[in-house]
Amino acid sequence: MNYHWDWMFFFQETDDGLKYYDWILSGLGWTTFVSLASLAVALILGSALGVMRTTPKRWLVGLGDAYVDLFRNVPLIVQLFMWFFVVPELVPEKLGLWMKQDLPYFVIAIVGLGLYTAARIAEQVKAGINSLSRGQRFAGLALGFTEWQTYRYVRLPMAYRIVLPALTSEAMNIFKNSAVTYAVGILELYFQYKQIIEKTSQVLEITIVVTMAYFILAFVMNRILAFVEARTRVPGLIVGQKGGK
Amino acid sequence: MIEIKNVSKWYGSFQVLTDCTTQVGKSEVVVVCGPSGSGKSTLIKCVNALEPFQQGSIVVNGIAVEDPKTDLPKLRAKVGMVFQNFELFPHMTITDNLAIAQIKVLGRGREEAVDKGLKLLDRVGLKNQAAKFPGQLSGGQQQRVAIARALAMDPICMLFDEPTSALDPEMINEVLDVMVQLAQEGMTMMCVTHEMGFARKVANRVIFMDRGAIVEDAAKEDFFGQPRSERAQTFLAKILNH
Repeated sequence: MNYHWDWMFFFQETDDGLKYYDWILSGLGWTTFVSLASLAVALILGSALGVMRTTPKRWLVGLGDAYVDLFRNVPLIVQLFMWFFVVPELVPEKLGLWMKQDLPYFVIAIVGLGLYTAARIAEQVKAGINSLSRGQRFAGLALGFTEWQTYRYVRLPMAYRIVLPALTSEAMNIFKNSAVTYAVGILELYFQYKQIIEKTSQVLEITIVVTMAYFILAFVMNRILAFVEARTRVPGLIVGQKGGK
Repeated sequence: MIEIKNVSKWYGSFQVLTDCTTQVGKSEVVVVCGPSGSGKSTLIKCVNALEPFQQGSIVVNGIAVEDPKTDLPKLRAKVGMVFQNFELFPHMTITDNLAIAQIKVLGRGREEAVDKGLKLLDRVGLKNQAAKFPGQLSGGQQQRVAIARALAMDPICMLFDEPTSALDPEMINEVLDVMVQLAQEGMTMMCVTHEMGFARKVANRVIFMDRGAIVEDAAKEDFFGQPRSERAQTFLAKILNH
């Protein structure tokens, strides 16, 4: 192997006057922003869908199921292209034009990644709620809670605790999946990675650095949620173990 | 107080309740017993509309529970219920379990709700457990907290759905003692239970159910003296002779 290692290239100036490490930092910033924003969208929408699918209202269940089927069975990159290229042509002309010309790319990327991940979170939230005993809902209702209050005060707090390990995986996945958004023009970490390879051909160094960057992002997310898990642990209760029937 | 009239209920084509009629008067204690699968738990859950029913009528304190216009949360807030598996909220401290519905349903201030909850906790003999979580208490203790939680809502009547069936034998009495005390204070109670000692002590009437129907509805003395139906006799013989 005659590969010429050169770790110093990160400090070389690029065409636009910045240094290569600036590109990486900028990519890291976009990756973090797109991921966290998508995660917020996914958590809110996914929770709403998950709750819908456990209500006694059949049409709500059907609606939630249809969403999950649709968004879980199509690859993420295809979904992004749908939002980016197809949807603007299907909506009324004015709206389509606005989507193509004025709407920032990153908004479409965040919505696309968020809606995709929401389907997965909906599945987990539903599983969490259904793992609770039926009696918990009854106990809430018997005290005079409305159906919604049984979710708010009784069922969701336990359901989230139970599915937190699965949600942690999802939160880590979103950082990794965000790499796909380079395909719709987001200047995130993977985009910068490809760009730096083209400019410098220092493939090994940049691959190592980008690998580590993704690792650290996902790992930090993991540690944060592990902390949340520890803080919300219920004394005297082993999470995952059901109380009663 | 509670009037159950010709109530029938089906799960699909399977009939779980057949033409059930009975009533619980003010300050009356009515015990409902019968073999498992006889529909007694289903019937008591119909009283506060946790289970819907297709025919008949149940009127609680003058309000028909099957009426679609009835404000069920408001009605249920006045009807205390205790479950077989306690159903305390595991992620809340005992204090919060006692206070939450008072705050969110009745609109009481937190201080008032906690104060009331702790008084009732003291009454069921668990004053020093206030800061614990349900998972840290024994079954008998959890059930006593569940009774206190229901009482904190100032209910006009109490429903007990097999409150001691999930308990280890040595914990049954601590729960029954609380229930006996309640009965003696004049609380209106409908209790699904197999504790015939409890029925003997405080019940006014005993209802025997079998296969979804009320087979026997008699004053306590008559029920234990000479039940009319053969099925009730067989059942009594089985649960009393051991």
